[in-house]
Amino acid sequence: MASRNTIVAHVEDRPGVLARVASLFRRRGFNIESLTVGHCEEPGLSRMTIVVDGDDHQVDQVCRQLFKLIDVVSVQDITYVPMVDRELALIKVSASNFNRREVLDVVEVFRADVVDVHSDALIVQVLGDEGKVDAALKMFEQFGILEMVRTGRVAMLRGTETTKPPAISDSQQAAAAIRAMLGRRPEGALPFASD
Amino acid sequence: MRLTGARILMECLRAEGVEVFFGYPGGVVLPLYNTLGEYPDIKHVLVRHEQAAAHAADGYARVAGRTGVCLATSGPGATNLVTGITTAYMDSVPMVVLTGNVARDLIGRDGFQEADITGITLPITKHNYLLMRASEIAPAVKEAFHIASTGRKGPVLVDIPKDVFIEEAEWDGYPQGVSLRGYPIMDVPREEEVDKAAEIINAAKKPIIIAGHGVVQSDAQDELLEFAERSDTPVLTTLLGISGMPEDHELSYGFLGMHGHFYANMAADSADVVIGIGMRFDDRAMGRFADFNKTAKIVHIDIDPAEIGKNFKTHAPVNGDVKETLSRLLPQIERSSHPEWRTEIDQIMEQHPTDYIEEGTGLGGPWLVRALAEATEGQSTIVTGVGQHQMWAAQYYPYTKKRQWVTSGGLGTMGYEVPAAMGAQFAQQEPIWSICGDGGFQMTSQELQTVADHNLPVRFAIFNNGFLGMVRQWQELFYENNYHSVDLGQPDFVKLAEAYGIRGIRAATRAEAMQVFRDLEGYDGPVVIDFQLEREENVWPMVPAGAALSETIESADDL
Repeated sequence: MASRNTIVAHVEDRPGVLARVASLFRRRGFNIESLTVGHCEEPGLSRMTIVVDGDDHQVDQVCRQLFKLIDVVSVQDITYVPMVDRELALIKVSASNFNRREVLDVVEVFRADVVDVHSDALIVQVLGDEGKVDAALKMFEQFGILEMVRTGRVAMLRGTETTKPPAISDSQQAAAAIRAMLGRRPEGALPFASD
Repeated sequence: MRLTGARILMECLRAEGVEVFFGYPGGVVLPLYNTLGEYPDIKHVLVRHEQAAAHAADGYARVAGRTGVCLATSGPGATNLVTGITTAYMDSVPMVVLTGNVARDLIGRDGFQEADITGITLPITKHNYLLMRASEIAPAVKEAFHIASTGRKGPVLVDIPKDVFIEEAEWDGYPQGVSLRGYPIMDVPREEEVDKAAEIINAAKKPIIIAGHGVVQSDAQDELLEFAERSDTPVLTTLLGISGMPEDHELSYGFLGMHGHFYANMAADSADVVIGIGMRFDDRAMGRFADFNKTAKIVHIDIDPAEIGKNFKTHAPVNGDVKETLSRLLPQIERSSHPEWRTEIDQIMEQHPTDYIEEGTGLGGPWLVRALAEATEGQSTIVTGVGQHQMWAAQYYPYTKKRQWVTSGGLGTMGYEVPAAMGAQFAQQEPIWSICGDGGFQMTSQELQTVADHNLPVRFAIFNNGFLGMVRQWQELFYENNYHSVDLGQPDFVKLAEAYGIRGIRAATRAEAMQVFRDLEGYDGPVVIDFQLEREENVWPMVPAGAALSETIESADDL
């Protein structure tokens, strides 16, 4: 089933890594919904959260192809694992003296923040998962959205489990850890299926 | 000890045991060429076009079983390598590609002969480097050779700006190891995967092995043979898997695919267990995916986890090196025999042999390959271009030795035959036969000068039918005989050879061809032979584009 999938990858913090990842997605025809990259707990590594549109088989391929990049240290598909995901949106909403109160009511409902005020507009900051941001946007549309920007998704596993990459010390262990991460079998409709 | 970047690079090549590399000089690599004289043990072969340097390194790598090395200058030198790099990438050939680039302060400013070769080669290399300090050279070259020659092999490019060649850095010996966190060695398969595969194989009634380039690449021919014999499993190869299995063995049934043997295609299509070993279930080998053998269980052994489940659902995926995996699988394989299944394939083979040798005195492709096989007692290393001659060479020459077959399978690069044979000849003494198309030969024939420079004993056998044969065959069969741009004008190949100081011979009949083979016995220089073939011969059998293996046709009447 086609759906939005969340992949977390740790990559070496080197020039050109983003280009390698982007090149791979373009070349293999994978559809990136969003890609967010930034520092993580370990110096020298960056953490990418990639939201991909596709069926399970495609997402499995994305992970396997990503892992082939030398600069990609770990790849994990966390779509079906308990996790927290968030994105942030800044929305510039048209608001005058006549309707500012109504806009602020919506802001309050979404537990959003007003981060800038002008006589004819507000900038609202919405933080939440994709669904919440979508819903907020829909509500603000009635007032007129002058401008909007979303960060794309970041995500983290719940509980004590992490997506941290395997340590380098033992190559066999590293291989085993990687295989476990890539362990999800494709379920999608492949050309051949005898059972 | 402080050395220039250029010297550090050469010290690295020496430490890697590089005996020969193929290159072409230019402005930004002059600091490197300035030091080559100090490294006479590393032979530099001056080619006549950078594309040939890449193909030569590729041909050398495939025959020697070692990493090939080539070198080009910045800009056009580097971009000329692209076809050769892609050819190696598609066929997983270990190669280290060295390029110069403009000085660091000119990078990104569109300086003279600047090309973003690391950007250009992102999707066609296993990995690449742009080195901005001389101190980065040694660790990067160590990594490049390591990455190129392990796991699923492939080309790695190292781009070095001119002033980095000149800059000095501390040299305290070649690095002992690499530290690549994102590149664990995945040679050893998981036990449970091996167990599952063994279980399926042991239960098989009509098993078939499809052996690919991975068998050749990991030198697992002996393990494959033992596995096939113990489980009594017939062996097919992919086009690139040829020479991974001795074709004179009773379990060998040749190669499958678009122009594979009819019986091989039928065997693959009617097996109950398909065991893919070091291959990637490519469309040219498997036909239309949706209609390939719908009832078989698939066991897939491959070093590259991304190949597993890419095109087909796999019942027993085994991610590991072919040699390593087979040696772990072998003890679990029960000795069995499948006489009925073998008889079934044998009968198809008897009824549908690949034997399209016609009576007469003229030269046909199949006849010529068979005659060559007899003249060389099936012992020669064969390099080919791409097209009809390539398919005939695959069908009619009996490959029994390891690394005996060199061809561009994945990318299908015409013009590969001349420089790849040239490079391969640096890996062995015995003369190599390069089976050339008259089209492909004209793409890279400038390398005859390089061949002459080194007096290489390559035999360039041009299968000259005056047509772009395979394209013509398609126009005949699928475009209502509407021949367009396939009737190739050509030079006098004999005179062309002679202009390069190379022996040129022409043969237009079977008797003349036999005479050529006799004349060449003991001749240790290069030769170009213009074999004038019948013009409109077709390659059979054939799986039409988009058809399934079960729809293999044996003549135009079947269309």
